[in-house]
Amino acid sequence: MQFGIFSVGDVTTDPTTGRTPTEHERIKAMVAIARKAEEVGLDVFATGEHHNRPFVPSSPTTMLGYIAAQTERIILSTSTTLITTNDPVKIAEDFAMLQHLAEGRVDLMMGRGNTGPVYPWFGKDIRQGIPLAIENYALLHQLWREEVVDWQGRFRTPLQGFTSTPRPLDDVPPFVWHGSIRSPEIAEQAAYYGDGFFANNIFWPKEHFQKLVNLYRERYAHYGHGTPEQAMVGLGGQVFMRKNSQDAVREFRPYFDNAPVYGHGPSLEEFTEQTPLTVGSPQEVIEKTLTFRETFGDYQRQLFLMDHAGLPLKTVLEQLDLLGEEVVPVLREEFAKGRPAAVPEGPTHAALVAARDEEKVEVAAK
Amino acid sequence: MTVHKLVVVSAGLSKPSSTRLLADRLADSAVRRLALEGREVEVTVVELRDLAVEIANNFVTGFPGAALREAIEAVTAADGLIVVTPIFTASYSGLFKSFFDVLDNDALTGKPVLIAATGGTPRHSLALEHAVRPLFSYLRAVVLPTAVYAATDDWGGAGDGLTDGLPRRIDRAAGELAALLSGRGPAAPAVPSQAASQQVVPFAQQLAALKV
Repeated sequence: MQFGIFSVGDVTTDPTTGRTPTEHERIKAMVAIARKAEEVGLDVFATGEHHNRPFVPSSPTTMLGYIAAQTERIILSTSTTLITTNDPVKIAEDFAMLQHLAEGRVDLMMGRGNTGPVYPWFGKDIRQGIPLAIENYALLHQLWREEVVDWQGRFRTPLQGFTSTPRPLDDVPPFVWHGSIRSPEIAEQAAYYGDGFFANNIFWPKEHFQKLVNLYRERYAHYGHGTPEQAMVGLGGQVFMRKNSQDAVREFRPYFDNAPVYGHGPSLEEFTEQTPLTVGSPQEVIEKTLTFRETFGDYQRQLFLMDHAGLPLKTVLEQLDLLGEEVVPVLREEFAKGRPAAVPEGPTHAALVAARDEEKVEVAAK
Repeated sequence: MTVHKLVVVSAGLSKPSSTRLLADRLADSAVRRLALEGREVEVTVVELRDLAVEIANNFVTGFPGAALREAIEAVTAADGLIVVTPIFTASYSGLFKSFFDVLDNDALTGKPVLIAATGGTPRHSLALEHAVRPLFSYLRAVVLPTAVYAATDDWGGAGDGLTDGLPRRIDRAAGELAALLSGRGPAAPAVPSQAASQQVVPFAQQLAALKV
């Protein structure tokens, strides 16, 4: 089981001081947060991709490449990479390049973005969101697995005898997650390819995501990739911690009340009751996170949203200390208990290479 | 015996409100008429006033709180609806519209809906026709021909040479609702939701649709 953080990369005014970080400060803060994540023993750092203010991370492989050079162990990922508006040829090459530079510590999550207007910015038609996601990913999948590609589709010019360069590290493409908030089509897509499915799990009640994850598991088995329990599930989560629960609530409340997505709505208490958000002591975070397994089954990756809503960098780094020192070690231990042997661990490049080699041996034996 | 599920949505703000009073009269009349035919009705009243904050929160968060979810489920599962709004600024109240904004687009498809409104002056009665009726037409509900408007005067008046008094209009509208409900019979009991796999288009089909 892998634990990590995912960042939206929002530039938000700190409601307690009225101070807004510059884009430069926020970008450097994301790098500091990623380095801290490795330092405290987390497994994954993922960045969003956005092309509109107030968000900064428009160029994820640039950022992740820079972080790769300053880290040694942590897996670098995205949350998400826009499969609708990026050219799949460019995604194939950018992430293969990153894979080489980071010695395989790379995977990525496909998504369709959070805003309609992004489509025309990249010359795409918003009405084609799902078809774009399907066709572009089909091409990306092929580019990483076939050396020479002849291809024709609806949304881009055909390819004749094209080889995307560099080839994936060890000829094993990065692991792919498909993220979705509401579309069963995307759960179906993830299942079809035997890829991972990531349920953001943050803003809505768990029952909503439970349906999507169950659909994905059922279809994963349908397509012959394994049992439903062997499907690769990732979940989001959102926490704010202090040693004392009351301190956490007091400190986080102004950030919650003014948060860009759900602020000025329900109270912190109502929202924590209805969604996976936890504001409290590390013990409370542990308890709530462990309930995710009851809802979704044994899963492979847990990402937390930690740096948003204007929280200052210093606070975020303190949060990561608590997460790495007090929460994740207990979660690793607890999640390991009673976990069936057949349930796979979180995906790594080494594991994918090993699985590929094993398959080769089996084929040779036949 | 089968039971018809009638849901009454009232957007009155004061307690007691004339909007709720009109809603209750309409419901009583419909229940009485159906009872004459030996049909049993289960009436659920949704008071939007009590859900006002949850409705606003739903706009902000994108999901309903527990009480609102219950109301949405009741309305979605209803065999027929009576919806009553006060007329504010020449139209339905914002709260009334907001409730129907957070429903799924197809939640009311094919359902008989009796529309009614209250107002301080009879001059606003056509708001039912130019505002409320189109809202439910858009939602593909079967909106009954008779819409009932009750101005303050109506509660004490007896009608005139051109218009029936309020009690007769209530009775006529409720009769239309009862006729539609008994003609349809109660909706089949809610089917346990289909296996998830039946709700999704197989991926090969999605891919094939894109082939040039």
